Amino acid sequence: MAMLVVKEGKAFPHTVSVLVDNDPGVLARVIGLFSGRGYNIESLTVSEVDEEAHLSRITIVTSGTLQVIEQIKAQLERLIPVHRVADLTLEGPSVERELALVKVAGTGEKRLEAMRLADIFRARVLDATPESFVFELTGTSDKIGAFVSLMRRVGLVEIACTGVAAIKRGPEAL
Amino acid sequence: MSSPQKTMTGAEIVLQALVDQKVEVVFGYPGGAVLPIYDALFSRKDIRHILVRHEQGGAHAAEGYARTTGKPGVLIVTSGPGATNAVTGLADALMDSIPLICISGQVATHLIGNDAFQEADTVGITRSCTKHNWLVKSTEDLARTMHEAFYVATHGRPGPVVIDIPKDVQIASAPYQSPNRIGHRSYKPQVKGDMEKIRDAVLQAAKAEKPIIYSGGGVINSGPEASHLLRDLVRLTGFPITSTLMGLGAYPASGEHWLGMLGMHGAYEANMAMHECDFMLCVGARFDDRVTGRLDAFSPDSYKVHVDIDSSSINKNILVDKAIVGDCAHVLEDMIRIWKTHAHKTNSAALQKWRARIAQWKKRDCFAYKQKGGGAAIKPQHAIKRLYELTKDRDAYITTEVGQHQMWAAQYYRFEEPYRWMTSGGLGTMGYGLPAAIGVQVARPKGLVIDIAGEASVMMTIQELSTAVQHKLPIKLFIINNRWMGMVRQWQELMHGERYSHSYSDALPDFAKLAESFGCKGLRAEKPAELDAKIQEMIDTDGPVVLECLVEQTENCYPMIPSGAAHNEILLGPEDEDAVSPSEQGKAMV
Repeated sequence: MAMLVVKEGKAFPHTVSVLVDNDPGVLARVIGLFSGRGYNIESLTVSEVDEEAHLSRITIVTSGTLQVIEQIKAQLERLIPVHRVADLTLEGPSVERELALVKVAGTGEKRLEAMRLADIFRARVLDATPESFVFELTGTSDKIGAFVSLMRRVGLVEIACTGVAAIKRGPEAL
Repeated sequence: MSSPQKTMTGAEIVLQALVDQKVEVVFGYPGGAVLPIYDALFSRKDIRHILVRHEQGGAHAAEGYARTTGKPGVLIVTSGPGATNAVTGLADALMDSIPLICISGQVATHLIGNDAFQEADTVGITRSCTKHNWLVKSTEDLARTMHEAFYVATHGRPGPVVIDIPKDVQIASAPYQSPNRIGHRSYKPQVKGDMEKIRDAVLQAAKAEKPIIYSGGGVINSGPEASHLLRDLVRLTGFPITSTLMGLGAYPASGEHWLGMLGMHGAYEANMAMHECDFMLCVGARFDDRVTGRLDAFSPDSYKVHVDIDSSSINKNILVDKAIVGDCAHVLEDMIRIWKTHAHKTNSAALQKWRARIAQWKKRDCFAYKQKGGGAAIKPQHAIKRLYELTKDRDAYITTEVGQHQMWAAQYYRFEEPYRWMTSGGLGTMGYGLPAAIGVQVARPKGLVIDIAGEASVMMTIQELSTAVQHKLPIKLFIINNRWMGMVRQWQELMHGERYSHSYSDALPDFAKLAESFGCKGLRAEKPAELDAKIQEMIDTDGPVVLECLVEQTENCYPMIPSGAAHNEILLGPEDEDAVSPSEQGKAMV
C-alpha cells in the first residue's frame, strides 16, 4: 500500500500567521489560493503591522489534516509577496484573541440579565440607550461563542467580530 | 546599457528594460491601450517583434521560444480582450513552469473601474494563472517592476508573470533604473538541497535492489547542466530511468538505461518498473495524476526520494520518504559527488536480476503495430515513426497539439537532447503546437521545426499560419488527420459505451488548399506507399508546409492505464479492452 496523502479524515483547526508585503491585491492572492485549492477559512484577520517596512500580518484559522495544513503552508510560502508563514498551532504555545461588538436590545428584566451576564464575562459597555447595549468583549473564540449564545436569550440583535489575532508566547518574533 | 538616471517615457522604459534583460524577440498584437509601447517600438532596431494573429497564439509562441532557449518568452497584448485572449497561454505556462513575461496595456489610471472601453480587471483575471502579476500605477515604479518581473519569472520554479500598464503610465516620464543584481525582498527560492538528506538519499540508492529514476520537466527547466548531471548519475549507478512527458530528452532515448516515458500512455516496462521498484528517485517531476494512476496502488513497495525546487509539489499527491527541496542541477551534483567520494557501489547482483526482469517486460514490445500495405490506411503510429526516421539526423524540433497524436509523438519520436520537445503537458491545451512551433522557429531559424498535430487541435489556432508566412518561418505542420477528436473518441469508446457524442470532426477544410490560401505549401498523404516521399518533400521545401496525413480513423492509443487504475493494470491493446470496467470513481476522473 502506497503512502497516501490524507485529505479527508480528522481535521483540526490551525492558526496560521502570514507576514506579507502591504500591497494591493495581497489579500486577494491569499484568499484566492484558499478558494482555488479548496481549503477553507474559518477566520481571517489582516492589518498593517510595520508601516516603515511596509508589512501586513494575516492571521488565518483553517482546518485540515496535518498533510493538508502542510500543503497550505507550502502554497502560501511560494506566493511572491509572502515573507514568512508560521503554523502557530504546531510551532509551540501561542495566545489568541478576538474582539466582538455585541448589540442587545430589550427592556426590564431582559436588559438587566444582559448586563449581569456581560459583567460575568468582563465585557465593556460601549454604548447604551434605554432599550439597548453595545458590549465589547475580548477573548478566545470559545469565550466569544459562549457569550454570544447567552446573549441570544436576552435580545441579541447584531454582532461584529474581528476574527482571530494570534502571536507566539515567549521572546521570539515571527 | 543606459545611464541609471536617464528620464524616459513609460513606453521607452518598458523597451529599455527588455533590452537590458537581454530580450531579442517579443511576440505581440497591438491595440489601443498599448499604442505608446508600439510607437516606441517603431523606431527600435534592437527588438524584433513577431506579429501574431491571436493573443493565445502569441502566448504559446512565447512559450515555444522559452522552451527551446531556456530564456523567458515575452508577449505584448492590449487591454481587455487582448489580455483575456492570453489567459489560456498564461495558464498553460503556469502548469508547465515556463518563464513568460506578458506585458498588457490597461486603460488610463483615472478610468480604471469605470467599465471603460476594452477595460478588464487583468490582474484579477490572471491572478490564479500567473506566478505573480503587477498593476503599475506610476511610471516611477515601472523600471523596477519590469526587472522584478524577470527575476520572478526565471527564479525558483519558473512561470508566467503579467505586468499590466495603464496607458497614461506608458506616456508619462520617469527616471530609468538599470537592473540590479540584488535579490528579491521576499522571494528567495532555495536552490541548494539539504546535505544531510542528500546523503541519506544516496545511501538508500546504494542499497537499492530494484531502483528507478523518474525524471521530469524540472530537469529541463533547471538548464542544460541538469541534463548532463542526470546522464552522469545514470552512468554512475546504472539505474534504469523513465521520464514524464515534460522531461523527454533530458536522458537520451538511445541511452542503454532508458525505459521510455511513463504514465497513462507510457511504456509498459516503465510503468511496471515503477510499480515494482524498491527505490525511486523522482527528480523535477510532481507525481501528476497522469503519471501515478490510482494513488493508493502507486509504487507500493518503494523508498521514495523527491527532488523539487517547489516545496508545495512535495507530499501533494504522494507521501515520500525523503524530500529534498532544491534545484535539480545542484542536488544532482551533490548526489554524484557524495556517491563518488564515498565510493558507493550498487548491489550489482540484484541490479542484474532487476534488469533481467525489465528485459522481460520489454519483450512485450508494447509499441508494436501492424502497418498493412497497398490500399490500407496509414497507421498514425507509422506516420510518426516514419517522420522520426526521416528527420532524426537533422536539427529537428518537435511541438505537438493535444490528444492521441501527442501521445503517439511522445511514444514514437525519440528525443536525444533537451529543448527539442515542446508540448502542452499540464494544461493539455489544444491549439498549442502551431504557435509554439512559430516561437521555436524564431529562436532556431535554421532548425527543422515540426508541429505534430491533430486535425481538431490545429483548427483552434490555424490562423497562425499567416504569422509563419509573414515572418518567413519555415515551420512544418504534420497533421495526423483521423477526422475525430481522437482521444475523446477513444474515451467514449472505452468508458462511455461507444456513444460518440459530438467528437466527430465534421466539415473539415481541405488542409492542403487551406495551406495554399495562406501562402504555405500544402501536401496530402493518403496511402502508406506515398508517406515517405511526402514527408521528404515537406522537409525539402524551403518555407512553411502543411502535410495532411489521412490515417486509420479508429486507431486507439496504447498502452493505456485507464483513469482510476494502477500501473500494473495497464492495457496493452484492443485485446485488453474487455478488461475495462471503469469504477465510478475512475469515470469521474479526467
